[in-house]
Amino acid sequence: MAIFEYTFMQRAFLVGILLAAIVPCVGVVIVLKRLSMIGDALSHTSLAGVAGGLLLNINPVLGATAACVGAAFCIEAIRKKLPRYAEMTTAIVMSAGIGLAGVLSGFVHSTASFNSFLFGSIVAISNQELIWVALVTIFALLVFLFFYKELFYLALDERAAKLAGVPVGAVNSIFTILIAVTISIAARTVGALIVSSMMVIPVACGMQLGKSYRQTVLWSVGLAELFTVSGLFLAYYGQLKPGGTIVLVGVVCLLLILIGKTLLARLCRTRYT
Amino acid sequence: MLVLETKDLSFSYGETPVLTNISFQLRQGSFAALIGPNGAGKSTLLKLLLGELLPTSGTIQVLGKDARSFRGWRRIGYVPQDGLARHADFPASAREIVQANLCAEIGLCRFPKQKHREQVQRALGLVGMEKYGKRLIGALSGGQRQRVLLARALVSSPDVMILDEPTSGMDQESAEDFYKLLSRLNMNRGLTILMVSHDVERICDHVSQVYCLEHNTMAGLTPEQVLQGTREHRHIPKEERNCICGYF
Repeated sequence: MAIFEYTFMQRAFLVGILLAAIVPCVGVVIVLKRLSMIGDALSHTSLAGVAGGLLLNINPVLGATAACVGAAFCIEAIRKKLPRYAEMTTAIVMSAGIGLAGVLSGFVHSTASFNSFLFGSIVAISNQELIWVALVTIFALLVFLFFYKELFYLALDERAAKLAGVPVGAVNSIFTILIAVTISIAARTVGALIVSSMMVIPVACGMQLGKSYRQTVLWSVGLAELFTVSGLFLAYYGQLKPGGTIVLVGVVCLLLILIGKTLLARLCRTRYT
Repeated sequence: MLVLETKDLSFSYGETPVLTNISFQLRQGSFAALIGPNGAGKSTLLKLLLGELLPTSGTIQVLGKDARSFRGWRRIGYVPQDGLARHADFPASAREIVQANLCAEIGLCRFPKQKHREQVQRALGLVGMEKYGKRLIGALSGGQRQRVLLARALVSSPDVMILDEPTSGMDQESAEDFYKLLSRLNMNRGLTILMVSHDVERICDHVSQVYCLEHNTMAGLTPEQVLQGTREHRHIPKEERNCICGYF
């Protein structure tokens, strides 16, 4: 196929497939912990790290990762103090992140670099970045698999998990780092404004189709892969922005699933009455 | 053997005293109810017994050890008040929810084995839910969800089971079935049970001891004393009663 003759598209597919494997795994725990907005907060805060990195002449991805880790721990710390207002905590950190990113971006001379983080540049990935994404994906997948049952219990009932002997503090800290690293690396490729959608939409679809937690995770990853591959095809042939196209494919798919389920439920009701 | 024991236990939220000099003992193999009106401090007492709060004064012994230094919380089974009501849309099967309580037994970075799956199936069987293991939690009734939570607490073979109003939101028939199930577990398996309940008259048919918490203090009564007290107070409107069990 013509699309695969270009090295940049081969890299885009590889990176997209790798990210689609891990972003929903992190997303499923975030969604079930009712912290869907955390993706938005961290991805916006990562922009402050990008700006800081560009100003200090260090790798902007490293800057984004550091900012994300800091912000994620801030959210976790404030959430512990105000457990009933977790959403407010996320909003506070997001506002602070956007504010800081706004101020710091004013001092950045290379606005093109900064903008590439804002909307992502999956088709402009270098070999070095591809290796970086692959390493992060392997690390994140291993962490997710090794802490699969603990993350499930924390998402379901943190209090019961603590009583059952789960090291809640340690697992939460590991997960916080996992979220931060995943978001910072995904923000570089699909864009800070889109990464949280990639984290939530496949999970929302998976929750409609899965008959257990395991199935929900598998559906979420499978659908994220489908959205990414079909989104990249559509973007290439339709001359569209890849990040936005991937997310829109996901939204359309979610709508179709919801409509399909409603119609199916009506059909079943009519049959039994 | 004493499973739970408090001596002169007091607790206050800031300046507001909730519990004052509470002393009680729960013996191994007993089935006790903790009753009292709303705001009497029942949930606070459970939080203290579960090590989630520290007493202002007095001591708490859990399985013979001071609660502050006690580390074997896995040996305490706990069924919360709101159950899975908040998680009705949580995408998990009954089996997954029960297996979650085996986290510590399976170990960090390890995966469940056949023996763990069998343990889960046995726990579901104990509460009569073996056929519903694959069902999504949202597809179960309120009573069935509480049974799943009971199975979750039972799966790790606890020494004592603490239940916080487990039948709230259940219809009368389901509640009665649930109490009978607890009685069977107590009699056949010797499980020690402490249960918070508002269903004073019904619970007295099943338990051997009743602790009544009211006016910041506690009285240990027999079910017969409680039933007699409630009968004598029946003609007084609820809001005008001095207490719910006729003791204070």
